[in-house]
Amino acid sequence: MSLTAASVPTTDIDLFDEEYLRDPLPFQHELRELGPVVYLERYDVHAMARFDEVHRALTDWQSLQSAAGVGLADFIREKPWRPPSLLLEADPPRHDAPRHVAESILSPRRLRARQPDWESAAAALVDEVLARGPVFDAVTDLAQVFPLRVFPDAVGLGADGRENLLPYGDFAFNAFGPRNRLVTDAAPHMGPVTEWIGEQCRRENLAAGGFGQQIWEAADRGDITPEQAPLIVRSLLTAGVDTTVTGIAAVIHAVATHPDQWDVLRADRSLLARAFEEAVRLESPVQAFFRTTTVDTEIADGVVLPPRRKVVLLLGAANRDPRRWHDPDRFDLTRDPSGHVAFGMGLHQCVGQHVARLESTVVLDALLDRVDAIELAGAPVRHLNNTLRGWDHMPVRVTPRA
Amino acid sequence: MSTPLIDAPHAAADTEARGRLRVVAKRPLARDIVAVTLARPDGTRLPNWAPGAHIDIELPDGRRRQYSLCGDRWDAHTYRIAVQREPDGRGGSRYIHDELAEGDLVGFGGPRNNFRLAPAAAYLFVAGGIGITPILPMIAQAELLGVPWRLLYLVRSRDRVVDLGLEAGDPRVTIHCADEVGRADLDAWAPADPGVRVWACGPERLLAAVEAWNPPPGGHRARIERFTARGDDGRPSTAFEVVAARSGVTTRVRADESIVQALGRAGVGIITSCAQGVCGTCETDVVAGEPDHRDALLDDAERAAGRLMFPCVSRCRGERLVLDV
Repeated sequence: MSLTAASVPTTDIDLFDEEYLRDPLPFQHELRELGPVVYLERYDVHAMARFDEVHRALTDWQSLQSAAGVGLADFIREKPWRPPSLLLEADPPRHDAPRHVAESILSPRRLRARQPDWESAAAALVDEVLARGPVFDAVTDLAQVFPLRVFPDAVGLGADGRENLLPYGDFAFNAFGPRNRLVTDAAPHMGPVTEWIGEQCRRENLAAGGFGQQIWEAADRGDITPEQAPLIVRSLLTAGVDTTVTGIAAVIHAVATHPDQWDVLRADRSLLARAFEEAVRLESPVQAFFRTTTVDTEIADGVVLPPRRKVVLLLGAANRDPRRWHDPDRFDLTRDPSGHVAFGMGLHQCVGQHVARLESTVVLDALLDRVDAIELAGAPVRHLNNTLRGWDHMPVRVTPRA
Repeated sequence: MSTPLIDAPHAAADTEARGRLRVVAKRPLARDIVAVTLARPDGTRLPNWAPGAHIDIELPDGRRRQYSLCGDRWDAHTYRIAVQREPDGRGGSRYIHDELAEGDLVGFGGPRNNFRLAPAAAYLFVAGGIGITPILPMIAQAELLGVPWRLLYLVRSRDRVVDLGLEAGDPRVTIHCADEVGRADLDAWAPADPGVRVWACGPERLLAAVEAWNPPPGGHRARIERFTARGDDGRPSTAFEVVAARSGVTTRVRADESIVQALGRAGVGIITSCAQGVCGTCETDVVAGEPDHRDALLDDAERAAGRLMFPCVSRCRGERLVLDV
C-alpha cells in the first residue's frame, strides 16, 4: 500500500461512530497527537488531523481529487446515491464553469443588495422570539428558522414544500459517511424529498431575480450549459440551509458560553465578522471531507500514498490544532481567525461562505441590539450527522435590553 | 485597539516571496517569440488558474504588462508565458526578450481571467499571431474532455508559428500564413452549427471580424480577448498611507507588505482567508483614495468604480487610501 506504511500509526477510532459524533474533540486530540497522518483501520483510509497537512491537502487539487466523491464512497467503484455535484464532486476542467457562475452569483457584492432585507428579517425574528419570553431554544426558534425565512426566498423557491430542505441537506451530509443508522433510517423517506428538490431546480419553478433564476440566466449567456443549471441550483438547496443553521447556532453557542466575549462584542460591533469566523473555527460545521489520490502523493513528510486511495481531511481537528492556534479551544475575539479551514481552502472552498457570513452576522447583530446578556439555560443537545456538527436543541436565557 | 492580534497569519517576511517569481527557464519558441517559465523562489504552489487567464509582470521601472498563461495547470509550481517582441511596443517585450534572464526575479500579479472557456459541444479557436497563447491551454482542455475542436491560426509567416504540441499536419489545425496566401477569408469560418462556439484572440482587425459574426439560431456570440483592453497600465508597489476610518487608525503600508498586514500590525484586524485576492472574504469599502486592484474578482467596471477592494493583495494608486474598517 503506502511506501511508508510502517511509519504511519494505526487506530481503531471510528469517525462515524455515535460516540465520536456526539463529542469528537477527545478523539480528534488523539488523532492529532498520533501523527501527521493516521491510518483508520475501520475504513481502510488515511486521515489527517493537523492544520498544516489538512491545509496542504485541501489546496492540492491536482493530486487529491474530488470527482471520486468527497465522502467515504469511491464513485469509481460505487454508484453515488444521486448524480454527483458539479461543484463539490467535480475536478477541473469540468468544475471551472459551474464554480465561476456560482461564485459570481454568491459574491459579497451581489449579496449586499439583500443585506437590508436580511437585517429586517433578523430583527423581526428576534423580536418575535423575545416576545415569547426570555428563555428560548436557539436552534429550533432561531437558527433553524432564520435561514428558512431568507434563503429559499433568495433562491426564488415557491412557498410550498420548504420543510423538505432541512431533511434533504441532513441526508446529503450523512451520505458522505458509511451506511450507518443515520443513513439507513432516513433513506426510505428520501424519495419524495429528492423529487421535490429536483422539481425546484427547474427554471419555471424559480422566481425572477433569485439565485436560481440567475443560474439559468448564466446558461442563456452560454457560461454553463442548460443541462448544468438545475444541478447548480441543487447545490444551493443541498448545502445552503443545514450548514447555515449550524453556523448561526455555533455563533450563539460561542457567545452564550463566553459572557466576557459577549461584552467585548457589545462594546465593539466591528468585531461581528471576527466573532463569526472564530465561532465557525471552533465548531467547524462541516467536520470532514474526503479526497482521492490521483498520483503517488506525499500527504505528509515522507508518507506517500499510491493513486486511488481515499484520504479524509479533518477540518474540525485542524481548526483546533495547537500547532497553529494559540489556546485553540478558547473563543477569543483578540485572535485573528483568518485562514481557518471551516470552509475548506483552495479551489473547492465553500462557494456559499458569504451567505453564511451574512446570515449569521445579521442574526447576531439583531441579538446584540436587543439583549444585554445571554447564557445557556440547559445542556445543549447535539444533532448527530456523519459530516455536520450541530445541535437539535440549545436552551438559552437572555436578559432583554431594559 | 492597538495590540497585534494573536494567531495572525501571513508573516510579513514571506510577502517578498509572494509577490515575486523567479525565471526558471527562457527559450525561443518561434521567430520573435520567447517562452518564459516562472516559479516561486521558495518553490511553493502558485495561485490556481484556468485557460484564458493572464498574469501581470512587473517591469524594472514598476510598470506592469499582462501575459496569458499558456502552460499546464496540473503543474501547480510553474507558470509559463510566451512573449512576442513588439518593436513599436512600450518596452515590456523588449525587456523580456533582451534583458530578463534565467535566475532573475520579476514582480507579478494575478492571475485574472476575462476570457474563460465555457462548455460547448465543439470549439472553433481563432488565433492571430501571439494570440495563440491563451488558446494553447484551451486546446489541451478540449483534448482532455474529448470535445471536438478546430484551430484557425493566422500568422504573418511560417517561422512565427509556435509548437502546438500536436503532430505536424493535424487535420484540426489550419495555419494561414499571410506571406504565402494573402489575407484569409475569415467569414467563411463563421460556424453554421449553434453547437460550435468560438474563442478568438489576436490583433484588433481579426477580432473585429470574428466579433461581427452573427451566431446561428440557438448559438452564442464569439468570446474574444483584446490585448489592449486588459485594464490598467500597472503601477509599481510603493509605500502609501492607509486610514482605517471606523477604527481611527492611520498607518504606513510598506512597499513589501499588504494593507492587511500593515493594519494588522496597527491592531486593526481584517479577516482574510485565501490572502491571494481570490476568495472575496476581505472585501472592503473604499471611503477615499484610488485603489490599485490586484485581485482576481472584480470586473473592469467594478475596478474602475473603485468603491470596494480586496486589501489582502490590492494597494493604492496614490499616497493615501481611506478604508471603511
